[in-house]
Amino acid sequence: MTSLRILVPVKRVIDYAVKPRVNAAQTGVETAGVKMSMNPFDELSLEEAVRLRERHPNTVTDILAFSAGPPKAQDTLRTAMAMGADRALLAETDAELEPLAVAKLLQQVVGDEDRNLVILGKQSIDGDAGQTGQMLAGLLGWGQATQASGVKLGEGGTVTVTKEVDGGEEVLEVKLPMVVTADLRLNEPRYASLPNIMKAKKKPLVKKAVADFGVDVASRLQTVKVVEPAPRKGGGKVEDVGGLVARLKELGAL
Amino acid sequence: MLLTRTASSVLRAAAAAGAHARRSRLLSTLAVLEHKEGKLLPQSLPVITAATKLGDSVTALLAGTDAASVAAQVAKLNGVSKILTVSNGAYDKNLAENFAPMLQENIKAGGFTHVVAAHSAFGKNIMPRLSALLDVQQISDVTEIQDESTFVRPIYAGNAIATVKSSDAIKVFTIRGTAFPAAEEGSGSAAVEESSVDPKADSTTTWVSENLAKSERPDLGTATRVVSGGRGLKDKDNFDKLMPPLADALGAAIGASRAAVDSGFADNSLQVGQTGKVVAPQLYLAVGISGAIQHLAGMKDSKVIAAINKDADAPIFQVADVGLVADLFTAVPELTEKLNEK
Repeated sequence: MTSLRILVPVKRVIDYAVKPRVNAAQTGVETAGVKMSMNPFDELSLEEAVRLRERHPNTVTDILAFSAGPPKAQDTLRTAMAMGADRALLAETDAELEPLAVAKLLQQVVGDEDRNLVILGKQSIDGDAGQTGQMLAGLLGWGQATQASGVKLGEGGTVTVTKEVDGGEEVLEVKLPMVVTADLRLNEPRYASLPNIMKAKKKPLVKKAVADFGVDVASRLQTVKVVEPAPRKGGGKVEDVGGLVARLKELGAL
Repeated sequence: MLLTRTASSVLRAAAAAGAHARRSRLLSTLAVLEHKEGKLLPQSLPVITAATKLGDSVTALLAGTDAASVAAQVAKLNGVSKILTVSNGAYDKNLAENFAPMLQENIKAGGFTHVVAAHSAFGKNIMPRLSALLDVQQISDVTEIQDESTFVRPIYAGNAIATVKSSDAIKVFTIRGTAFPAAEEGSGSAAVEESSVDPKADSTTTWVSENLAKSERPDLGTATRVVSGGRGLKDKDNFDKLMPPLADALGAAIGASRAAVDSGFADNSLQVGQTGKVVAPQLYLAVGISGAIQHLAGMKDSKVIAAINKDADAPIFQVADVGLVADLFTAVPELTEKLNEK
């Protein structure tokens, strides 16, 4: 088995437990003063990279965490290093980057840092696009295994991935280099321990401006407006099971 | 001499731009359809409906060994003007590595302005790869098409609704199946044409096996009815005893809250909510689920929400169209029985 040089992209997003509020100007979601965390699916991909090294200590030589975002995304990268990434790279920007732009940045990082395995979350819980990993694989011309629930290193530079599909699962064998995206069932991410949080402060974190990557990150989509979904109004209660069935029939649900 | 050359190249560029502008006024949409074992899959039907929202010319694309026989089924559907088949077994397993380049070449050859597929495992896997090859920013999980470049989609697990306008030359998007009606069989008789464009790109990925649930129960993501169980069921035995008969009585898929999944009552794949599946069935029946925001995010677009909970103050009742305050251990068997009587 050749050495595995893993790249794990992570995104700083509004914490999953916070209910997002649309801003007054209807241009986006309010982020000021809102708790931010690592995208939950990225925790899974990071955990998988670390577990791969624990299972194959001589094969996985390096785990690089990457984020594109505001200076505060450093916190997310520190968390990634506390969970086990060796070092981190931040592409700084205050702009909201679309998945295609991020995929192009990642393509550069893969080349610059000589990566042969990229593990991403299947989607970020803010944009919900679910595109970046597949776009990166397309740009690189690499194999892809999306919505992974199991990852195993095989013989001769192949990776066997179990993936979630509609109604069940599917197993693929992919030749390295490749891109994997993590689904919820892949693993249970560990908590960063206090000693590891302290150690992570000493791990190298390189900051670069997005412009230094030489990639066109201009937006292709213009956000016309963002609104709250129409609120639902409860339809009241019924007395018994008979009433429930009758009401469901009235509503055309039965 | 130099001047002449420059002038003529400017003219050529202007002519090309003019031709492009004329072409782009004629919309033509490619609907990428899914099939399995010789049958068109149900998630492809709303894809056709979404494609028809963009104009009259809808070409359906089917790839794989069975492409021609499935094309005969698709030809009868309303809204399809033409069917392109790529009859090559290389596409049977829907591997993105060869499927996306094949789509790319067919889109180029056909001059399509819009490309649409379902936001299913298939669409989620292949379309972003295609988008990168075409250098366009895909629009995922579209719930409404406003015009040829303006689309509506939920973000933040449905807690916000964004309207976006694309400046890309080709619009690639996936649609939320529950947001568009299924295309119906009518008097359609679309012409079927075997595409001569098949780049036969190599794939570094090999399909090994699949393990699909054998259950006759519908898939959670596409089911028209869903019954979901929560912490109120107390343990796995109760979940397994009460939920399947209720689901079968309704012809529904089974879902679960995160609490139920974390407590081991139900498999992870059944989780409905922000980090699980987002569903929007005709009927969502929540049993023993309090209605935390993370759960609501996954089901609040359901047409009708019903809830059974013994706590009259549970937040689920604020969104439920019909609520029953009762002990689920008596209400659920009674409901199952009543439904089976019909």
